[in-house]
Amino acid sequence: MSALKALRRRAFTWFADRPVAGTLGLLAPGALWLLVFFMVPLLMMLAYSFMERGLYGGVVYEATFEHYLRFADPLYVTILGRTLALSLTCTVLCLLLGYPVAWTIARSGRLKNLLTFLVVRPFWTSFLVRTFAMIFLMRESGLINAALMGLGLISEPIQLLYTPWAVLVGLVYGFLPFMVLPIYTSLEKLDPALLEAAEVLGARPTARFFRVILPLSMPGVVAGSLLVFIPSLGSYLVSDLLGGAKQMMIGNLVQNQFTSARNWPFGSAASFIVMGLVLMAVVAYLRTRDDEEGGLR
Amino acid sequence: MSQHLPPRWVIALTTLVYVFLHAPLLVLVVFSFNDSKFSTSWEGFTLHWYERLFERADLLSALKLSVGIGLGSTVIATALGTLLAMGLARRRFPGRAFVEALLYVPVVTPEIVVGISLLILFVAMGFQMGVSTILIAHVAFNISFVTIVVRARLEGMDRSLQEAAMILGADEWTTFWRVTVPQLWPGILSGALLSFTMSFDDFVITSLVSGPGSSTLPIVVYGMVRKNIEPTINAISAVILVVTALLLWFADRVGGEEGAPKGH
Repeated sequence: MSALKALRRRAFTWFADRPVAGTLGLLAPGALWLLVFFMVPLLMMLAYSFMERGLYGGVVYEATFEHYLRFADPLYVTILGRTLALSLTCTVLCLLLGYPVAWTIARSGRLKNLLTFLVVRPFWTSFLVRTFAMIFLMRESGLINAALMGLGLISEPIQLLYTPWAVLVGLVYGFLPFMVLPIYTSLEKLDPALLEAAEVLGARPTARFFRVILPLSMPGVVAGSLLVFIPSLGSYLVSDLLGGAKQMMIGNLVQNQFTSARNWPFGSAASFIVMGLVLMAVVAYLRTRDDEEGGLR
Repeated sequence: MSQHLPPRWVIALTTLVYVFLHAPLLVLVVFSFNDSKFSTSWEGFTLHWYERLFERADLLSALKLSVGIGLGSTVIATALGTLLAMGLARRRFPGRAFVEALLYVPVVTPEIVVGISLLILFVAMGFQMGVSTILIAHVAFNISFVTIVVRARLEGMDRSLQEAAMILGADEWTTFWRVTVPQLWPGILSGALLSFTMSFDDFVITSLVSGPGSSTLPIVVYGMVRKNIEPTINAISAVILVVTALLLWFADRVGGEEGAPKGH
């Protein structure tokens, strides 16, 4: 035991004395894992998206650009359009619902921790369970239909599941916490003295909100919107369970090409279109953030 | 508390959002005790659906597998991620931007893309899909999150304690174990907890790289949700809700404020 300890100590000192080997020793294991099991697969996928389709899945090593051109097909334009429309609407809804929550939390004094915990709590719950909760409420024999019928508003169950609305509600339910937290963070930093100053100078509540509170919380709004928009773009489970075949998003298209349709190159191309959209969103965000930092400091 | 409370309608809307966030889960749990197979109305209290959970051998073995993969991938990802964080926080080196990119690409890549690209790799290499491919995948998507959490802790850490230890005669090794690691511990723990939660919860990536006989809990639950109807799903959902609540409480106790999950 003590021999092992001595060995470990010597190994440690050896690394500590050699900065280059030490840095490599710290970085290499994790970086290699990410390289081999994250970057290489993504690059392989990129390569596959330019190859001919294999008969039973897989690819034939011949170069082609046809899989990207196929996205001009109205069928895929529809799926892309739906994905973008749902993600954007989801982001706007999360903003409209999340901003009031963040505002209330930021001004809630001693309740702050409890209220934050209650927003984050669902995020730590299985995504599958949360989506099932939506199914449980929205299905034909679900509580919403039962309640509407009980109130006499409808005479027979209406179709709630497998509509764009169901997917939208599921997305908002899944990603809302991502919107609340960044906005809350920037509202918390807001100096109350600024509001008092605005009040003293005669600004009405509406003006105080639009001229002081909102502009100063913009970094949070931008960050939150991105944190909602990105996972919405690539979402799979929500549209799969709440939307069904009629409400496919691009994530479902990808999965479909690798399972039932067996068109790997086309699926890879679809993947890279999602990745492209995501990266564009990230770059746009980094730009706005840099601008703000440059302007404020 | 302060005189700058938001307008009343904002507070009202906030209340509604809280109801929207929690009522569905509450309903799910309540109806797991409902004595009716097609549960629209309340037919009386029963534990029948929980008894049914124990009759399903597949659920139990899936649970074991999920816990095993969760622990295994957490240990590996936490070790690799922590080392990576220490390397990044301490030193300047060429290729730093590349390592940073390696770190942040996994955070923004959609799960379905991660799963499919790993599927391509495993098929090309002739790997047999099963527990080991799931483990590899889970470590791959967890390293970044551990690194980001631990790194945040490292950057907020007071270096003077280490310097003090060295001045007082401790060698590098002793300083590392007796000063650095204890200071880092909350960060490492919350990284590990995040990692376990994500591994335990993952369906999309796992379903693409799992083989016959390696169904994790989410895969079995997904099958149940797909076939629908039975309140057994409500029961298993309630169990998962309680377990995650306990984990969160535990994290809060050991991790202090670091245990509170962040927005990303």
